[in-house]
Parts: sequence; structure tokens; C-alpha cells
Amino acid sequence: MSLIQLAWKNLVNRPLAMVLSLILFALGTGLIALLLLMQKQLQENFENNLAGVDLVIGAKGSPLQLILSSMYHIDSPTGNISLKEARPFLNPKHPLIGTAVPLSLGDSYRGFRIVGTTEDFLKLYNTQIGEGRLWEANMEVTIGAMVAKQAELKVGDEFKSSHGFEDGIDAGHVDHLSFTVVGIFATQGTVVDQLILTTNQSFWLVHGEQEHDHSDDVEPTDSLATDAHTDHDHADHDHADHETSEGIPGNLLDEPEDRDITALLLKFKARNYQALNMQRNINENTDMQAATPAIEINRLFSLMSTGERVLTILAWVITIVSGLSVFISLFSSLRDRKYELALMRVMGGGRSTLFLLIIFEGLLLAGIGCMIGILCSHGMMELLGSAMEDSYRYNFTGMRFLKEEVWLIVGALLIGFVAAVIPAIQASRTDIAKTLTEG
Amino acid sequence: MLKAHALSFSYPGGKAMLFPEIHCQKGEHWLLLGSSGSGKTTLMHLLAGLRTPTTGEVRIGDTVVSTLSHAALDKFRGQQIGIVFQQSHFIEALNVEENLALAQKLAGRNIDRDKIHILIERLGMLHKLKSKIQRLSQGEQQRIAIARALVNGPAVILADEPTSSLDDQNTREVIVLLEEQAQLANATLLLVTHDARLKNYFPKQIVL
Repeated sequence: MSLIQLAWKNLVNRPLAMVLSLILFALGTGLIALLLLMQKQLQENFENNLAGVDLVIGAKGSPLQLILSSMYHIDSPTGNISLKEARPFLNPKHPLIGTAVPLSLGDSYRGFRIVGTTEDFLKLYNTQIGEGRLWEANMEVTIGAMVAKQAELKVGDEFKSSHGFEDGIDAGHVDHLSFTVVGIFATQGTVVDQLILTTNQSFWLVHGEQEHDHSDDVEPTDSLATDAHTDHDHADHDHADHETSEGIPGNLLDEPEDRDITALLLKFKARNYQALNMQRNINENTDMQAATPAIEINRLFSLMSTGERVLTILAWVITIVSGLSVFISLFSSLRDRKYELALMRVMGGGRSTLFLLIIFEGLLLAGIGCMIGILCSHGMMELLGSAMEDSYRYNFTGMRFLKEEVWLIVGALLIGFVAAVIPAIQASRTDIAKTLTEG
Repeated sequence: MLKAHALSFSYPGGKAMLFPEIHCQKGEHWLLLGSSGSGKTTLMHLLAGLRTPTTGEVRIGDTVVSTLSHAALDKFRGQQIGIVFQQSHFIEALNVEENLALAQKLAGRNIDRDKIHILIERLGMLHKLKSKIQRLSQGEQQRIAIARALVNGPAVILADEPTSSLDDQNTREVIVLLEEQAQLANATLLLVTHDARLKNYFPKQIVL
């Protein structure tokens, strides 16, 4: 019969008071744990997808939007840039640039984004083919594992893309060319799982036909992408070329200069002074903008952290209130148990024994409440995970435990201890003879 | 073994109570008779070291109880003095066996389940071993309280009205048990009571 066992039995003997304290503790700590889990996984997902990209070049606008749209595929693109402007960076002889990956964005199929790019894109994410093959011609696509599963596409299927990123009915390129699925990538936990990849030229083919009838040209569903079609005004004179470029995709350097792409992902050969200067040069001297993914993502996190901080403070307030409930519950139980405490002294228990007994009761309430909270938050995370995958396009799991949660347990135990100290001191001061005579 | 010398005690604002000299040899069984309100319980608290006497001293074996520090007194009481109270009280959250085990533990002894079982069996209550205390009758509770006082094999057993709530049959059993156990442990037994039924059991008597 150890003191901890006795403490536990005392708690179980008064189940209502115990349950109230446990629920409060679980609520507070569970909320904190949930916030920790979400923040951690969001951050990791973002960082995993940095893919070593040093600089992103795109149309002028919000640098954060440029990064989100071209690296994480969660916002609309800032607009398009002409191949003429992008050409110097695509040159394999560029002294500073190791890899340059051109991206054409703006279309989707059933909510999954279609990305026109080159094979270099796959090297960024170390993507492997799971089934079928990589695209070899325009209008051929290789799709991410998640796309194959959720949009129910398999090798050999054909589909028509929609304009914009929503799964809207009115934005479909119904009368345009169909894409053919030629391969599916292996699952790898990066953004590629959620993408449909094809050539940059395929985009021009789909959009080239659209330019025949300006009158009913459908506006992009999201206003931020409106200037993705600034080329409409001057595209007419060369649309003869559009039809002929179907077939084997050539090097973008050989394409006409007034074609558009959406963004360029750059990897430097080395991160030296000149490379770092490139960003400022682009921003100051061209119509394009350049943004550094790591910096923008940090900015995003600092933006999110305000709301997160409010929630965290709220969660700690709940946890402290639960400490208060432990205090009240223990303190009021002393009145009922005063004779028991005196009895324990008679049986040889010292003041310190009684002190420890009450402290253990506080710690048990805090510890168990905290454990329940953490377990619930992981269960919740697992449930929320699927919902969050839809909005952020990343995997979230509740089956992971963080270092920070250990600190959460320590914090909860500390609150339990503090809540129990005054009742414990009170208990240790029990006047045996007086209590026994009154009892 | 158990000596009280020139013992007096006064409650705040009350008049001083004077107590007779007590001199019990090791292994002797004494009856302390007194009517209600004669200070029996106060005397027992003084003997058990639960109250500090205004004057005089209590000596158990070679130890002067009032000279012990708080912590030492608690341990000493747990190990050397078994106390049966007028009203039996237990740790409500624990069952019969656990209450006895706690008494061993708090006295700084190892938990000895065999000893607990033997004691409970002698009281004919082995079937109540796992029962919650609240489920027992008043008489059963009192017997468990006696078992608890005996469980550490104390040098002195102080019993305050242990039989006041029991019928003749139970009283006899309880007295036999108390005397038997006191004898086995070679402990001094001092029974404080106003219960005239007990006069015949104890030749050695102190009247308050």
C-alpha cells in the first residue's frame, strides 16, 4: 500500500470531483498538444517541400503568393512572365544557376493542379515513377499517387482540364484537347503526390485554342490569377504555331519568345555573393520578381503565429483553471477526510507523509488529465488530418509524438503540484488529538 | 513498561485535570475504569503521545514520550503503541485488508499479508477481507479496528472503550482476542472503559 496507491484510491473514492478536474486538465493540455502537432507538421511539410530551391522567379506581386503558388501549390499564381524574360535563366551555361525549372500553372483537373514543366522538376523532389512512364509528348501527363487514387485516374485514361483551380463546371476547357495519363508517380509524401505533371508546351496548346474566341473567354475563377492571361492581347499573330507544336516537346529555349510561363524555380551552383545579389537585381531591374522560399515561409509562420499564440494562451488559461479546480477539490476534500488524516498520524505517518499524500493526489490528477488530453489531441489530429489534407494538400497524422509534449506533461505536473501545495500544507498541520476528540 | 508520573493536563480556559500514577509492567493487562467525562480519553491521548501533558511525563519502555521530536514520535507511536478508539474510523477509500496494510506501511514496517490474514481469521472475518469498511456493521468495524491496533505487534496496546458497541458474545471474543494478542506480543494492555462487564476479566484495575 504505497502512498501513490493510497492517493489514487482516495481520488477514485470521490469520482465526481476527480472527473471534473480530469476533464478540465484534458481540455487545456489537449488543446495545447493539438496546436503543437498542427504547427509542427505544417512547418515540416513546408520545409520538406523546400526541395533545395534557392530562388523563385515569377510575375510581380506578393512574394509569399509566388512561393505558395509555385512551390506549395496552395495559392493562385501572381501572373505570367514571358519566355523572353525567363530565357537567360534557362540557359544551361548560366554561371550561377545549377538547375532552372520552368513552371506553367493555372489549370486543374477535379481540384488537382496541372503543372507544365520539364524533367528537372522531378529531380528537385527525387520523384520516382510508380507505374507507367514519364510523359514524352505534349498532352501526355504523369500524375501523383494521390491524384490517381482520389480522381480515379489510371494509365491510359483521358481527361479535359478546367481553367483555374476550383473544380468548377463553368471553367472547363470542354472543347479543348484532352490529356492522356501515361504514368503514375510512386507515393513520396511531397507535393508531387498531389500534382498532374506535363510539358509547358501542353499548356500553350490548351490555351492556344482558347484564344480563337476572345468574346467568351472565361475569366479565371480566382481574381489573383487574372493577369495569367496578359498574353491574350498579343498572342493572335502567332497562333498558327500553336497547332504545330504538338508532338515531341522541345527545349523551351527553342520556343518563340512571346510564350508565357508562370514561374521559374532556381537552384544555385553555389550560394555566393553574386547568387544572393541576383534576387535584388531581378527585383530592381526587370518586370519580374524573385523570392527566396525559406524567407517567405518564415514570414508565413510569423503571420500564423499570432493567431496560434492567442489559442495557446487560451489553452494555458484553461489548464491553469483546471489547476484551480484541483486546488478546490483537494481543499474541500480535507474537511471530509480530516479524521482519516489524523488516523494516519496515529498509525505512524508523519507530517511529511500527509503532505506527500495530498501532493500525489494533485500530481495524479494533473498527470492523468494531461495524458488523456494528449491522447485525445492525437486522435483528433488523425481525424482532422484528412480534412486538412484537402486545404493544405499535405499529409497530417496523429500517430506521432513530439519532444514538446514532454514539456507539456512537465508543465501540467507543475500546475498540479502548485495546486496541491496549500491543501498539502493544511493536511500536514492536522491536529491529531483535537480532530480525534471532535470526531 | 508503561508509566505515567504526576500527569496533568488543562484545556485552554479549562481547569487542570490531574491523573493518577500509572505503573504497568511489561505484559500486564490493566483496566482503567472511569465514568463518562472523567477524562479517560484525554488520559489516553496523553499516554499515546497525541497530546503533550501540562506537567509530568509518560514513559514507555526506556523512552520518555514527551521528549521525542514530532517525526520520531509519529514513528514511535506507529511501531510501539497500538490504539483502539471509542469510535472506529478508517480510510474510507480502502478495504479491510488495505487498511491494515496501510497501518503496517505507515509504521515503517513491511506489509505482511500473512499476519493480516491470521488476525482477521481469528476475528472470524476472513470473508470480509476485501470489503469496504462502510459495508461492515459497527461491531465488525470495531473488531477490524482492534486488528489494526495489533497488526504491528506493539509494546503497548491502548484501547478506549473498545467494547461499548458490542454485545456480550462479541465483547467476550474481543477481550479474548486483545488479551491473546497482547500475550503473544508480550505487550502491555491498558483498557480504558466505563463498561462494568469488563471488571471480571481484569484483576488489575485503576479507577479514575
